[in-house]
Amino acid sequence: MAANTAAVSLTVNGKPVTAEVDPRTLLVQLLREHLRLTGTHVGCDTSQCGACVVHVNGKATKSCTVLALQLGGANVLTIEGLAAPDGPLHPMQEAFRENHGLQCGYCTPGMIMTAVDMVRRKGNDLDEHTIREELEGNICRCTGYHNIVKAIAAGARAMRGTSAAKAAE
Amino acid sequence: MYAFTFHRPQTVRQAASLLAKNQEAKLLAGGHTLLPTMKLRLAGPPQLIDLSLIDGLAGIEQSGRSLTIGAMTRHNDVNTSPVVQQAIPVLAKLAGMIGDPAVRHMGTIGGSIANNDPNADYPAACLGLGVTIVTNKRRIKADEFFTGMFSTALEPAEIITKVSFPIPKKAAYQKFRNQASRFALVGVFVSKRGSDIRVAVTGAGSNGVFRVSSFEEALKKRFSPKSLEGMTIPADGMNSDIHGSAEYRAHLVGVLARRAVAEAIGKSAA
Repeated sequence: MAANTAAVSLTVNGKPVTAEVDPRTLLVQLLREHLRLTGTHVGCDTSQCGACVVHVNGKATKSCTVLALQLGGANVLTIEGLAAPDGPLHPMQEAFRENHGLQCGYCTPGMIMTAVDMVRRKGNDLDEHTIREELEGNICRCTGYHNIVKAIAAGARAMRGTSAAKAAE
Repeated sequence: MYAFTFHRPQTVRQAASLLAKNQEAKLLAGGHTLLPTMKLRLAGPPQLIDLSLIDGLAGIEQSGRSLTIGAMTRHNDVNTSPVVQQAIPVLAKLAGMIGDPAVRHMGTIGGSIANNDPNADYPAACLGLGVTIVTNKRRIKADEFFTGMFSTALEPAEIITKVSFPIPKKAAYQKFRNQASRFALVGVFVSKRGSDIRVAVTGAGSNGVFRVSSFEEALKKRFSPKSLEGMTIPADGMNSDIHGSAEYRAHLVGVLARRAVAEAIGKSAA
């Protein structure tokens, strides 16, 4: 690694993490390349497609457009941290499975992280218009969105009264 | 990206001193314009100065007839603030039209106006409401702040700390989006506060945000879309590209100004 590196300490999926990184390292690179959490994807790398969405301090954030060094002390939740490794799926993941809300699956981690954030901000009763507006920053090139919208509405209802959304945050 | 060193000052004074020592350094606010620009190697600052650890740069406060928004306040926080929604509802609405939800969690008002992108929404609100931009050195009127495309009156080592909005009696913003980028192809902000009437346009001008004095004069007689009937602005100085010709943009300025005035007085769009 280049001589110019800096240390950053943050929490990822509930675990403290310290890494020595080149200052140019993006959050998504820290997650994928340093921590081997490859569930977070890179689609466009220009903050448009949303495949890289994770939660930073509880809010949906495009991890391709944040430097790792900006996140000293931050709390990051990725798709891997949404449900316990050996437990049932998070209700939003289950809703995507149940409603066939994916085809190739590339955009899915970002869709699910965005959907969980949408429920946090907009509540459990999401109409189709709201869901479609809120998905402005998440692009899917397979599904035509129909089943994604259905999955998010169902997942939002299923999250009612659960603490699943708060796990690891 | 070109290599850089990263700084996280704790105070505005420390940030200003870093900036003074490193003339090529850039301030990092939300980073949603700067980082993509650096990825494309269109910018290569040798130092980045992250403002996110500085206390007191973010926040929203109303005092009498004035609303103050800290430079590091995120678009989402302006959009959802009950104080902004009550004092200047159009400003909350405008903040919710920027980018997408994830972008609005990071992007900041200070970053947007310091960048002065010719298609950005906040410059139209700032010029259209006649704000005062407060820096670590002085107070700058919006009319003097926006000096051209991607350029402002900010001096080296000058840092925006907050924006002070006078609360208008009536105001509205009409944004006509580019259907691909969702940026404003043309956006028109109108406001009325006593005899101060402002019409500010983003997206259209080849030199960034500007006011339309002919429209403002017409609206002084009567603040109604009828006052602007048949009025347009010259196509000279308008942007022209594959998304729309200069004539098209000039035409939209008139249409959107009439719609904005109609919205401001609570009538359905003309």
